[in-house]
Amino acid sequence: MKIRSKEELNKLRDVLKAKAAGLAQKDNSSSIIQVKVTMSTCGIASGSRPIFDFFKEELAKRNIPAKVSQSGCMGFCYAEPTVEITIPGENPVIFGFVTNKKADEIIERFIRKGELVEGIIPQDYETVIFN
Amino acid sequence: MTSQIRIALRNCGIIDPEQIEDYIARDGYIALAKVLTELSPETTIDIIKKSGLRGRGGGGFSTGLKWEITRKVQAAQKYVVCNADEGDPGAFMDRSILEGDPHSVLEAMAINGYCTGGSKGLVYIRAEYPLAVERLKIAIKQAKEYGFLGENILGAGFNFDIEIRFGAGAFVCGEETALIHSMEGLRGEPTVKPPFPSEEGYLRKPTNVNNVETYANIPVILNKGWEWFSSIGTEKSKGTKVFALAGKINKVGLIEIPMGTTLREVIYEIGGGIQNGKEFKAAQTGGPSGGCLTKRHLDIPIDYDNLIAAGSMMGSGGLIVMDEDDCMVSIAKFYLKFTVEESCGKCSPCRIGNKRLLELLEKIVQGNGTMEDLDKLRNLSTVIKDTSLCGLGQSSPNPVLSTIENFYDEYSEHINKKKCRSGVCKALMQYLIIPDNCIGCTLCARNCPVNAITGERKQAHLIDQEKCIKCGACMEKCKFNAIIIN
Ligand SMILES: Cc1cc2nc3c(=O)[nH]c(=O)nc-3n(C[C@H](O)[C@H](O)[C@H](O)COP(=O)(O)O)c2cc1C
Ligand code: SF4
Ligand code: SF4
Repeated sequence: MKIRSKEELNKLRDVLKAKAAGLAQKDNSSSIIQVKVTMSTCGIASGSRPIFDFFKEELAKRNIPAKVSQSGCMGFCYAEPTVEITIPGENPVIFGFVTNKKADEIIERFIRKGELVEGIIPQDYETVIFN
Repeated sequence: MTSQIRIALRNCGIIDPEQIEDYIARDGYIALAKVLTELSPETTIDIIKKSGLRGRGGGGFSTGLKWEITRKVQAAQKYVVCNADEGDPGAFMDRSILEGDPHSVLEAMAINGYCTGGSKGLVYIRAEYPLAVERLKIAIKQAKEYGFLGENILGAGFNFDIEIRFGAGAFVCGEETALIHSMEGLRGEPTVKPPFPSEEGYLRKPTNVNNVETYANIPVILNKGWEWFSSIGTEKSKGTKVFALAGKINKVGLIEIPMGTTLREVIYEIGGGIQNGKEFKAAQTGGPSGGCLTKRHLDIPIDYDNLIAAGSMMGSGGLIVMDEDDCMVSIAKFYLKFTVEESCGKCSPCRIGNKRLLELLEKIVQGNGTMEDLDKLRNLSTVIKDTSLCGLGQSSPNPVLSTIENFYDEYSEHINKKKCRSGVCKALMQYLIIPDNCIGCTLCARNCPVNAITGERKQAHLIDQEKCIKCGACMEKCKFNAIIIN
């Protein structure tokens, strides 16, 4: 799909932006649980690929609609593999040192029941992100 | 509270780097569209100049000024190069940007092409970064499909294309003239500047060389304005800097801080302090070209000029933290060994001089150094800095000079007391058996790989210091704490 003008790009950006926002909103027709697995060199070296596959396969098997995607380095190289979970209407939560066992716990307890699960990376400093 | 501000890393860890739609949803390619349809090249360069952005690859040269120089040179063909060589040990900022947000660099290169008159972009990246290469390839393909690269971009009549060139992982090929020669298929050796690449670069045509992180800042500056960008940072260093935190720090990772943040905030707040509660000793910035910062420097606001004043440099953003267990003479030796291996050998001060420096350091860690050697180290360092052809040689003695300056006591201990307080220099260590504690169980003697331990059963044993290779096996095995390190 070729974008031929600035106007076309602006329009596409607005559509994509609304779509992305919709996923994270509560009670939106497209809202869905989002799982982001860090797949940078540091993440993959620490074993994030099998974790990605685990979330993808297990969420499908357990009939939990979710969007599982990969991302670059979130910055927490010391705690790889890291996974960010966004439940619609809530702030994203990042888990560190994720194993298959931890992933299972995250699915069953955090995602399904909304219970707190150990392993959340504390954010003890502020991060301002621009786009 | 300490803040990170993510500009260059704005999309890293947020978008899927293999989906151009994710990038567009976060205002991707909007800056390119704005520049192509609303701004002249001169106005755009002016914005970059006023933003105060300086090169993030090490030198800290004004990015806007570099673009202006490249623009002003008349030539039918010009090139836009992205330096993704990233050769310093412990650095992974550029790799992370390319792996996490490759489009930000492509967009900025196209903007540079529009500003300087270049129609061809080249990303020089080491082949040792396979994932970054893969994601770059995908990004270039997608950008072409969407028409952000290619002919008549966004209907504005501007043509620009990008190709990838692979480096073999030589540190010297990060130096811009060596990088250009390497791309030309020649030996990766630097040549004298001037002419600067902006005047005469790839295939002798004007070539704008910028670092990955420098480029990654560009779209945001154009979207949010130079006033916004220059409101962040210190007087002469604007914006943020990405650092790769490594070494003896709890939270090894990738951070982006506003210029002017202190080392204390970086290490103790963002980095979570030193591993195992040990004491902070030094932090190396600028890799093998830089120097170390010490406790004295913990509260200095980090920016280009302050780091130089402190005897180090910004470098590309590697920040390696050392604790009480690190020997500073050995650290200097480590960096120098790296330089000796990576020197291209073209000029003698660097090729021979650094080798001699390394030999002097080796002599000191072996316990054979004299105070005269310290003077020799200093004098030779100055000569190498003054007479080397390229930045590699000109900066290679920095780790030596800065450790002598900041840790003179450690050098003199190695020389005069034959002592390494961190217990790193094996030649200065002695494993000793305390006769009163030794019950003569013979366990140590049976475990010594070189049969250095003698003694009768049930009598105190003795280590032959000539034979001992300082492996520590005996100390580990002894159940009566009879073996100590002196
Ligand atoms: C030995 C040596 C190694 C260098 N390595 C790099 C590198 O890995 N990446 C980089 O961007 N610049 C490196 N530089 C600096 C480049 O020569 C050049 O100044 C820089 O790419 C310009 O981009 P900037 O103005 O955006 O920083 C190196 C310089 C020297 C002397
Ligand atoms: S200073 Fe060193 S790396 Fe640079 S040209 Fe001379 S020998 Fe080569
Ligand atoms: S340190 Fe190793 S080589 Fe030396 S005496 Fe002990 S076991 Fe033998």
